[in-house]
Amino acid sequence: MTTQALIETLKSRFPEEVKGSHSYRGDATVVVASGRLLELCRTLKEDAAFQMNLLMDLTAVDFSAFGQVRPAGFFVPSGVAAHPQVEIPDAEPWPGPPAARFAVVYHFYSIALKHRLRLLVPVEGDDPEVDSLSPLWGGADWLEREVWDMFGIRFRGHPNLKRILMYEEFVGYPLRKDYPVNRRQPLIGPVN
Amino acid sequence: MAELETRDMLLNVGPAHPAMHGIIRIVTRLDGEVMVDVDVEIGYLHRGFEKMSETVDYNGVIPYTDRLNYVSPLINNMGYCMAVEKLLGISVPERCHYIRVILSEISRITDHLTCVGASAMELGAFTVFLYMIKAREFLWELVEMATGARLTVSYCRVGGVKGDLPAGFAEACAGALKETRKVLEESDALLTRNRIFVDRMSGTGRISSEDAISYGITGPFLRACGVDYDVRKDCPYSVYDRLAFDVPVGTQGDNFDRYLVRMEEMQQSIRIVEQALRDIPDGPIQTNPETGRPIPASEMVDEAKMGNIVAIAGRQAVADPTLDGSAKSQHANISAPEKRVFLPPKEDAYGNIEGLMQHFKLVMHGHGIRPPRGEVYFPVEGANGELGFYVLSDGSGRPYRVRVRPPCFAIMSALPKLLVGDMIADLTPTFGSVNMIGGELDR
Repeated sequence: MTTQALIETLKSRFPEEVKGSHSYRGDATVVVASGRLLELCRTLKEDAAFQMNLLMDLTAVDFSAFGQVRPAGFFVPSGVAAHPQVEIPDAEPWPGPPAARFAVVYHFYSIALKHRLRLLVPVEGDDPEVDSLSPLWGGADWLEREVWDMFGIRFRGHPNLKRILMYEEFVGYPLRKDYPVNRRQPLIGPVN
Repeated sequence: MAELETRDMLLNVGPAHPAMHGIIRIVTRLDGEVMVDVDVEIGYLHRGFEKMSETVDYNGVIPYTDRLNYVSPLINNMGYCMAVEKLLGISVPERCHYIRVILSEISRITDHLTCVGASAMELGAFTVFLYMIKAREFLWELVEMATGARLTVSYCRVGGVKGDLPAGFAEACAGALKETRKVLEESDALLTRNRIFVDRMSGTGRISSEDAISYGITGPFLRACGVDYDVRKDCPYSVYDRLAFDVPVGTQGDNFDRYLVRMEEMQQSIRIVEQALRDIPDGPIQTNPETGRPIPASEMVDEAKMGNIVAIAGRQAVADPTLDGSAKSQHANISAPEKRVFLPPKEDAYGNIEGLMQHFKLVMHGHGIRPPRGEVYFPVEGANGELGFYVLSDGSGRPYRVRVRPPCFAIMSALPKLLVGDMIADLTPTFGSVNMIGGELDR
């Protein structure tokens, strides 16, 4: 199915859920509300029109610093006033980030029909929560644990939501934009 | 007779067990010799790749991608660069595509050689390991010849590659591939009908294709279950659609099928490299011998400072050896014709003001490549499966978010499924066939 047809079909199935869509650089993207996420994903997985049997990737983005000047991290600016280069223009511009602070990003692929779809689920607040996809895909388990670990987004109905890459004693969520890149935390080890 | 009391035993494998291919901890609960429960703990090699990528410019991420899958870094380089190129809406010259394909297929062979060789060694077949590492050495010499480094190659650039292939690469490649073929033949003779090896490998670590898909497994691991999904065939990128190759699939989804699939994929990769070397468009146009005489870069800079442009026009600068292959005559082959993305040749940077400005605008802090606001996902076929980069730009000189979809993360999350019900001794071959790469798994 073409990207446009894919978006249209999903829109016709879930007219209230689909909040927006675009196909920037040919990637079919649909922004959906988090309310009936599990049902929507079950349709994507099982419906003959989609057959998205592979949950390729599940991640999140913190949009809180989008378009703002970000601290340089390890590389200090030279102090020389630089006039930024003109952006390389684009024929079909990207509609812009979602209004919410976080977006959970899902990438689906259908082995049978060879099409891809990206799902953006905007979530708001400091303790955001979305439905877990672990009843549908076994692979969602670890991917959601990573998003919890890195962004602090909770997944409703996840069987084992604990940190995966960082250690249990770690404080904060490192991939949030308000987590400074050079903050150090003590490594927790056995007490001697 | 009274019922004997039986108790499960907890066995901690790792974090630094000799048969672990990286630092990882597997906690197994054993009933006798059978694993009844497995818990996998990862994260020991987490270095914050995604966070670090947000602090550097677009080309600055490339050295970090080398350290994802450090057995085949060129594929990571290529995946990241193609994602940013998609975001920018540019494409590289044809010769550059072929160079990338040749080098990533060579990397795929080195990755599979490491995986098969190490699994064979863990089952006692040390000879095969030595043979395969020897073949990998020949291939790494090729990589070193083209990139100047063996492991941390950082060869691709956004909009091109670092330099053209060196003279004599095709001959050296033919020689190395001949040696590799010989090693594959020898290893095949030593392993494929070896009773001990087959007994240990077949029937262990089995997973059905439904389960594999549910866990998001891709690459040789999924193909061993009988699903012929290969990014190079199903979503062709670069010039893969012009090259003929087969996608081997297995039937059982066990360790032995994964071994067979990897062995066949190496043969197919050799086929791809040979075709690509045959079809690659011609190299640089030779410079005019009268005017194109090379001079040291420092002299060129001095002449330019004095405004003596006539003396340096059309001449080739002898720059640092790390810049081999990026002379002006070769530049059109390795870089996209987009001045806002790729550095000019050194002859221009030293010899004229336009080149100097182009160089300045790309390297100074606060300038650099500035893709439009937007998001893209670009998948390539890594050695372990689909390696995808999700890059999001907010229009500034630094990526807003870089997410890598690591292929062995999905396989590792299915590890309990693969191990439960098998004997504790089957942990070694099953874990070996996963080909876990710590750098890619933990990022």
